[in-house]
Amino acid sequence: MSELALSPNQETFVLNLGPQHPATHGVLRVKLVMDGEYIVSAEPVLGYIHRMHEKMGENRTWAQFMPNTGRLDYLGALSYNHGYVKAVERAAGIEVPERAEYIRVITVELNRIASHLLWFGAFVLDLGGFTPLLYAFDDREMILDLLESVTGARLTFCYFRFGGVYNDIDDDFVTGTREFIKRLRKRLPDYHNLVTKNIIMIKRLKDVGVISAEMCRKYGATGPVARGSGIDYDVRRSEPYSVYPEFDFDIPVYHEGDSMARYMVRMDEIEQSMRIVEQALDRLPDGPVKAEKVPKIIKPAPGDYYSVVEAARGTFGVRLVSDGTNTPYRLKLRSPTFSNLSLFGEAARGMLLADALALMGSLDLVIPEIDR
Amino acid sequence: MEELVARLEEIAASVSRADYDAKGYHLDVTVAPDDVEKAALVLDEAGYTLEAITGVDWLGEAARKAEAEAKAAYAAAKKAAEEAGEEPPEMEPVDTSGLKDEMEIVYDYTSYSHLFRVMVRCRVDRDNPELPSIHQVFPGADWHEKETHDFFGIVFTGNPDLSPFLLPEDADYHPLRKDFSA
Repeated sequence: MSELALSPNQETFVLNLGPQHPATHGVLRVKLVMDGEYIVSAEPVLGYIHRMHEKMGENRTWAQFMPNTGRLDYLGALSYNHGYVKAVERAAGIEVPERAEYIRVITVELNRIASHLLWFGAFVLDLGGFTPLLYAFDDREMILDLLESVTGARLTFCYFRFGGVYNDIDDDFVTGTREFIKRLRKRLPDYHNLVTKNIIMIKRLKDVGVISAEMCRKYGATGPVARGSGIDYDVRRSEPYSVYPEFDFDIPVYHEGDSMARYMVRMDEIEQSMRIVEQALDRLPDGPVKAEKVPKIIKPAPGDYYSVVEAARGTFGVRLVSDGTNTPYRLKLRSPTFSNLSLFGEAARGMLLADALALMGSLDLVIPEIDR
Repeated sequence: MEELVARLEEIAASVSRADYDAKGYHLDVTVAPDDVEKAALVLDEAGYTLEAITGVDWLGEAARKAEAEAKAAYAAAKKAAEEAGEEPPEMEPVDTSGLKDEMEIVYDYTSYSHLFRVMVRCRVDRDNPELPSIHQVFPGADWHEKETHDFFGIVFTGNPDLSPFLLPEDADYHPLRKDFSA
């Protein structure tokens, strides 16, 4: 941090970053007060693509809200499908067949890999490296093809149903997924050789944008942001749901808290997700993919319910208030990047503008999910 | 955990255990609006993190409750009269005009280190929804309070800036109020 940035009586100017700027990855505006190249204060301005999903939820039945969940985080939409069906299943007491839970885990983890791959490409692009983006998109394309074959969608998934999934997976999907994992295992070392060990990359990320564990806690940060600051917290492990307890996988945690740590967490998570998918494919049980006795019209008992899942960016929570009718009385969506971005103002103070953009990239922002 | 529950019991109007599998949280804490900051301080000291703040508009709930109670009382009176062989009494209209509507504010807390979810809630008068901000305790609460103000018009006194946050900058409406329609 420079002397200039710390002394408030120097001459400053306001710089507008966004709302249309490639580095903000969507329609986000940041109002920066600058002292030369240093940031005196940074204030994110939100709401450019706010669509009031929560009000929409109050005006349609429980099942009709499903497509909305795929439009919050368009890079990891299946986790949001999962979060919502899990909350409603809890409220209405719906049991899910084992095969359906396995398919959910397989598809969600594939989606997580796809999300991290896109983040990897876009993040390195932010830092000025163009080539890795093409590699990442090449691999991600295979996942999208696989997911398209079972869900019918490539981005805005609406695949899960209360009590199961919409469509069973077939042998082609299983062999395709195994082949993909084999391929990505070979490609990941290339990624690390090309990017992770690159000296420019290290200089840009190491010890830059340090976020302390205490700051994470005060702002409610979760996901790779918290795990890059040494917080061993992952909903899949801390608050086990679905069939995750049956799989053997690690939660990558790095203690440095800098942009590099958040980068490493996501790269390691790709490997762990592949482990989960492999184990799930090996043990995939037979049986139905949808519970038989799910009522056509769902009317959860009056009361409030809360449920969380681990999305690609952190904890996605759904709070439901039911008044016993066929529409939600209140539906709150707790999105992870909303909280993760809220610490940006404090974390970016005193940083160089270029470093702050690296920090912002390492937070993995998806704006529709912040604005909802 | 027990220590935390005991400390919350000191400041809360009521503390009850919830069935986690059915509800998704372990502790249901109801506080007076003025005590939300005290509850936040206790949870902060215990190493908790604030996951979200939100509201619920209970427009008409008091009237519905009063009507349901009056109906139940009337049904009981009618049954008693019929059993005694008397003429059943006329049901008197319920006067709900003096009943106050309320809004609820919900704080979801959780811990990184152990699984024990604490939900803190409080109710404010719907005509004058005001309660203290907790952004001094949890800076992350700032944005959640702004959002809740946008959606419900609940005023968090002490919050530095409650101008529209997610809504357009000239918005003078609160879309999640039950009497709002576009």
